[in-house]
Amino acid sequence: MTNPSKIITLAVLLSCLPLPALRAQELIVPDDVLASQAQRIAAINKASASTVMVFANGGKGGGSGVLISPDGYALSNYHVVQPAGTAMKCAINDGKLYDAILVSIDPVGDVALIKLLGRDDFPYAKLEDSDKVRVGDWCFAVGNPFLLATDFNPTVTYGIVSGVHRYQYPAGTLLEYADCIQTDASINPGNSGGPLFNEKGDLIGINGRGSFEKRGRVNVGVGYAISINQIKHFMGFLRSGRILDHATLGATVSTDENGNVVVTNIAESSDAYRRGLRYGDQLLSFGGRNISTVNGFKNVLGIYPRGSRVPISFLHEGDRIDTFVRLTGVHSPEELLARIQPNRQQPEGEPMPEGQPDPPAPKEPSPQLPDIVKPFFTARRGFANYHFNKLNQDRIWDTYIDQTKPESITGDWTLRGQLGNLGDVSIVLSKTRVDAELPQGKAFAVLDNDLGQQEAPRGSGGLLVALHLWKHIQQTGIGQFGDVYYLGSMPTPKQDEKQDVLVATHSVIECRFYFSPSTGLLTSMEMYPDLGVDPCEIYFSEYESVNGRMLPRHLEVIHGDTVYGELLLKDFEFNSNGGTE
Amino acid sequence: MHRIFLAIFLFLAGISNLAQSADFSVISAGVQPKMVKVYGAGGIRGLEGYQSGFLISDQGHILTVWSYVLDTDYITVTLDDGRKFEGEIVGADPRLEVAVLKIDTEGLEHFKLGDSVGVNPGARILAFSNLFKIATGDEPNSVLHGIVAATTPLNARRGAFKTTYKGTVYILDAITNNPGAAGGALTTRKGELAGLLGKELRNSQNGTWLNYAMPINELIPAIEDIIAGKTRPRSFDDDVIRPDVPHTLKTLGVRMVPDVLSKTPPFVDSVTASSEAEKKGLRPDDLILYINDRRVDSCATLRSELELIDQIDDVTLVIQRGDDLVEIILQGE
Repeated sequence: MTNPSKIITLAVLLSCLPLPALRAQELIVPDDVLASQAQRIAAINKASASTVMVFANGGKGGGSGVLISPDGYALSNYHVVQPAGTAMKCAINDGKLYDAILVSIDPVGDVALIKLLGRDDFPYAKLEDSDKVRVGDWCFAVGNPFLLATDFNPTVTYGIVSGVHRYQYPAGTLLEYADCIQTDASINPGNSGGPLFNEKGDLIGINGRGSFEKRGRVNVGVGYAISINQIKHFMGFLRSGRILDHATLGATVSTDENGNVVVTNIAESSDAYRRGLRYGDQLLSFGGRNISTVNGFKNVLGIYPRGSRVPISFLHEGDRIDTFVRLTGVHSPEELLARIQPNRQQPEGEPMPEGQPDPPAPKEPSPQLPDIVKPFFTARRGFANYHFNKLNQDRIWDTYIDQTKPESITGDWTLRGQLGNLGDVSIVLSKTRVDAELPQGKAFAVLDNDLGQQEAPRGSGGLLVALHLWKHIQQTGIGQFGDVYYLGSMPTPKQDEKQDVLVATHSVIECRFYFSPSTGLLTSMEMYPDLGVDPCEIYFSEYESVNGRMLPRHLEVIHGDTVYGELLLKDFEFNSNGGTE
Repeated sequence: MHRIFLAIFLFLAGISNLAQSADFSVISAGVQPKMVKVYGAGGIRGLEGYQSGFLISDQGHILTVWSYVLDTDYITVTLDDGRKFEGEIVGADPRLEVAVLKIDTEGLEHFKLGDSVGVNPGARILAFSNLFKIATGDEPNSVLHGIVAATTPLNARRGAFKTTYKGTVYILDAITNNPGAAGGALTTRKGELAGLLGKELRNSQNGTWLNYAMPINELIPAIEDIIAGKTRPRSFDDDVIRPDVPHTLKTLGVRMVPDVLSKTPPFVDSVTASSEAEKKGLRPDDLILYINDRRVDSCATLRSELELIDQIDDVTLVIQRGDDLVEIILQGE
């Protein structure tokens, strides 16, 4: 498989044998051998159907990709897609060439999501659990090495998994390959962005890098694939049309003389610091994996996008602390934009070697988009393709207001109920003020003052302002609230199902609204009065239909590590249309 | 055409059969604890400061290749479980380009040299090494797969490849000989030790790189000699018997470079006219590696070893002259 000339040599050799001898051989092929062969052929056929051959710049450049959904979403490498601009031509082995549009990029992880247009029944690959891949497993790469697949039939190269959980340093570049899969299946220029499959033909990684040195830029038996599990962490973000960043803990670690991984530096502004992580603390587990080496830690950190909230366990002064920590971006958004600006060139589709300078740049400004692609692209600074962001914003918001119909209740809101078993609560949300009567006493927020300074009631992190913004975005809609964008979908500490996240900034207050994709309802919000402080978190549940409007009966309020309280709402009074609901 | 299809079919069927019969992930897991990462001299451009090795005894003996990486007083050996040890050179055979290191620990999993096997062309093999230094700490070595393409004496291409090894090698179809791979283990598909991955060799005539391994069976006698201490300078032992009239550098007609370092490399500075050394062809700038099969690593060791050889006995020197190893026998009186 890996070497056609070998097959031909063997074929020639065997064809020189007397025919009767061959016939005899034909008869003794054991059934399990035939079954095994049939299995392999089936796996290759299945895998080849979902493999995409990317052709860019009029066929002079390109690489590979793989379809992951019937409506045409496909994964590739950032360094393959970037030189192509926003639109490219993609072939699959049905013999057809499709137009494709860029959706999102992850320049640090070297991943891009594109969408092939023109079908809603594309063949697509099944995403395997790549943490189950073991060294020595058979695997095969399918793709477009040396852009050979001008007949739209991809090249298949077979090999074994040579290593798992490999960490490949950025070496001064933006790219970092963390937790990747190493294979001896031939990965050559043009294989980049293409799929690595297990022996069943299910997707375990995206090929994109190799170790090269003095032997030229061709396979030397060491190729790397981005693990599909890493991409799964980013998948919810890759549909957002954004330029994604990787994450940092805000702390550095190293191995001490006892072989423990300990904190050697920590930023006081980091969430990790607020969660109690300090210099000298021993890291036990991160992202659900035990941490025994620095590379192990970097591997886990490298597979999460900026903004993730990840479980962490550490030893602080002998006490074990298990908590969740928010990860900030490796780069500032401006820095990331600057780093991916066109400034250097590299032949397209080549696996990135170690120590490669910054990824490639388009040779020339993108030509006019083909007409079929135009409706799928909206340019906006900071986004790879804003069209897909807006698409998701509208999808989430329309589903939500369809159930809650908040826009018809434009006046003051009054919420009545109880705060846990402490006593009665009444909160009046008007245009200019929020007034609350709580078991602890009265509290208020004045809305024409600086919202970030008002943390009432004490210990809640700004519950009244948060409730105001909750009401406000429902009344104005996402169009009028302020700057709103779709972050993507991500798990939260309270929900296993990935939640769709809208980030909405009103004056300078950033809010994150989490929606359940299955119900379409708001499950939580976070209100950040300021950067570098804990948000006020509200978890909404026990939705009930009241006069045809879905309303939450249960609000849990959390600030930092403490639960402020549970609001059990008995009734909602909306002024504009009168009456109590 | 019919026959070609059948041949392809049989070929594929053969692969499938092997795929079914050998679970490489299990084999790999069994071999990895025997593999080590070796760090030493180098680190400047084009000279990697690392190579591979594997355990060959329960006393902490490690087989690796003899290279500049070992040319330092500080060799670090990292085990598969991440533990680090200082590696001590037990001995080396520059003619075979192998060296044995020892770490101060016992009872580790290891390859038993006696159980190693020969492989024939067509046999499927696995190659374990830390090529490109991809693995650090407790991360497992890289594994590549392939087949033995040919078994051939390396000296068939003498002149093309700069190596002192003149024995038989396995030529492999996998790209096993990358930076840092030297010292890695070649095993059968069942994980049995078959060979030692050699140093990177580039054909000086056509620029191609050779992927090969040295059969373990070719190396065993030398390895056993090294472990048995037969290549160790005798002068290191306390109970050594000294002859009444030993050889001296002067009587042999050899003058070494000034001994100014703690370990001055034993280079010949000059050869006395019409001496035995001159008659047998010793030359200035020759580096003396062995004297009577014992390794010499300094001018001081050379002198003390000479004191143990009776003047009536022959002195056999192995010297390095450029890229060649030359053996010179100086006759006793």
